[in-house]
Amino acid sequence: MSAATALRVEDAARPREAGLAITLRGLSKSFDGGAAVIRGLDLHVPAGQFVAVVGRSGCGKSTLLRLILGLEEPTAGRVSINGGSGQGAGQSKKIMFQEPRLLPWTRVADNVAVGLGRETPRAERRKRALAVLDEVGLAEKAGNWPATLSGGQRQRVALARALVSRPALLALDEPLGALDALTRIEMQAMIERIWEAQGFTAILVTHDVGEAVAMADRILVVEEGAIALDVAVDVPRPRRRGDAALAELEGRILDRLLGHRA
Amino acid sequence: MADSAAIRSLPGRAHRAEAAAPLRLKPLRLPTAKLLPWLLPTLVLAGWQAAASFGFVSTRFMPAPLDVAAAGWRLAQTGELWENLWVSFARAAAGFLIGGGIGLTFGLANGLSNLSEKLTDTTLQMVRNIPHLSLIPLVILWFGIDEGAKLFLVALGVFFPVYANTLHGIRSVDPQLIEMGRVYGMNRRELFWRVVLPGALPSIFVGVRYALGIMWLTLIVAETISANSGLGYMAMQAREFMLVDVVVLAILIYAALGKLADSLTRALERRCLAWNPAYRNA
Repeated sequence: MSAATALRVEDAARPREAGLAITLRGLSKSFDGGAAVIRGLDLHVPAGQFVAVVGRSGCGKSTLLRLILGLEEPTAGRVSINGGSGQGAGQSKKIMFQEPRLLPWTRVADNVAVGLGRETPRAERRKRALAVLDEVGLAEKAGNWPATLSGGQRQRVALARALVSRPALLALDEPLGALDALTRIEMQAMIERIWEAQGFTAILVTHDVGEAVAMADRILVVEEGAIALDVAVDVPRPRRRGDAALAELEGRILDRLLGHRA
Repeated sequence: MADSAAIRSLPGRAHRAEAAAPLRLKPLRLPTAKLLPWLLPTLVLAGWQAAASFGFVSTRFMPAPLDVAAAGWRLAQTGELWENLWVSFARAAAGFLIGGGIGLTFGLANGLSNLSEKLTDTTLQMVRNIPHLSLIPLVILWFGIDEGAKLFLVALGVFFPVYANTLHGIRSVDPQLIEMGRVYGMNRRELFWRVVLPGALPSIFVGVRYALGIMWLTLIVAETISANSGLGYMAMQAREFMLVDVVVLAILIYAALGKLADSLTRALERRCLAWNPAYRNA
């Protein structure tokens, strides 16, 4: 199929070594001795892949993300990053939350600089913050207070903060859930463009199947703490909204999600 | 974040998204707008002067504004006014710094440490229920009418508003921001200076402004009852000699000092809380 060849050509162009490979083995997590939220999950994500994790509320997808980032300790099993365990400390893994979570008392550029550790010299932090703000199209807002930005702009600042340290793994925890439909589509395109340029591994947790299908290389459907479906999306990029193959895939995943309603 | 939530609940007013106080009328554009707040006080003063000049009120009990001004001029010439003013100001400032400092320290400690809060908060809340002015007889027994008595009372009065508001401010810092700070690699020190303290600052300012009111009140009462210098003492001496103009002068100076302290705090707020839309145009 011509689509497959197109995909391969693109892959060659992208600097894949910039990403982290993630391997989960027999991963389980329960809170305070309650029922397991994640049950014996196995997964391998190759470096530079864009993975979307979808599932109903409370299926454990956010917990899975926090386990991968090392924000939660697994009850059993292990998470290994690039073959080792817990490699690279926090610096090469970054998360973008559903809310922008900007410091309201800190100007936009300094909010972005939060993404760089204190070990980076001040002038260097400022320079890199401005550069990445330019990348998300907010260079002229560098000196503003966050309160003066719109919701979409704030989320772009949060994206800049996550990207400023050039992470090898970017975790996205429903980052576009609170935005209006048009801003959302713009943000999706922006994240996709930056991912293609930088080649980090991306894990997107979302409840919007359309978004997952539009952005990801691979979609994982999580049900009751386990992976119920693991599908590759081999539609070439740039993807067009309303593409028939994407719509068909979206329908299949939605059927799977809705079919399990008791 | 808070403002966008408020706007979402008022969809019809979405076009006012950037207005700091969406329910206020548009400010007047005239150059007189700045003078407007002073209109009423001026009218009151003029009415008062007229009432005294035309003999509607007896100047034995209520002196005319011009007489009060004359008394002020007289006392300023002899230097008595400045001396008493300075004494009162020094007492207020010292008491405020001591009490406010201790309140801030306990507020921060108890906001940041559960152990510290468990250890001290109950005790502090119990002491808080004692009206501090009721301690005056005891304080006179302890300190006589020395400086110590005034400092102790002012510091005690100022302590609680600063303490309670600092504690509340730290408690109400958005936990999502704290989590963000942790995930982005901030250590405890950075977390305190960059997230917790700035987040608690609006509440700390509320405590400071409240404390300033209590500071003047306490000082007036303490100086009136037991002192041999200061504005309150000046007023009590004047009462002995039926110098009613000096009594009114002292009251007006207290009011002016209170207003001055409040204005300073407001200016400080505008500077420190410029990021907060609620303070930007206040």
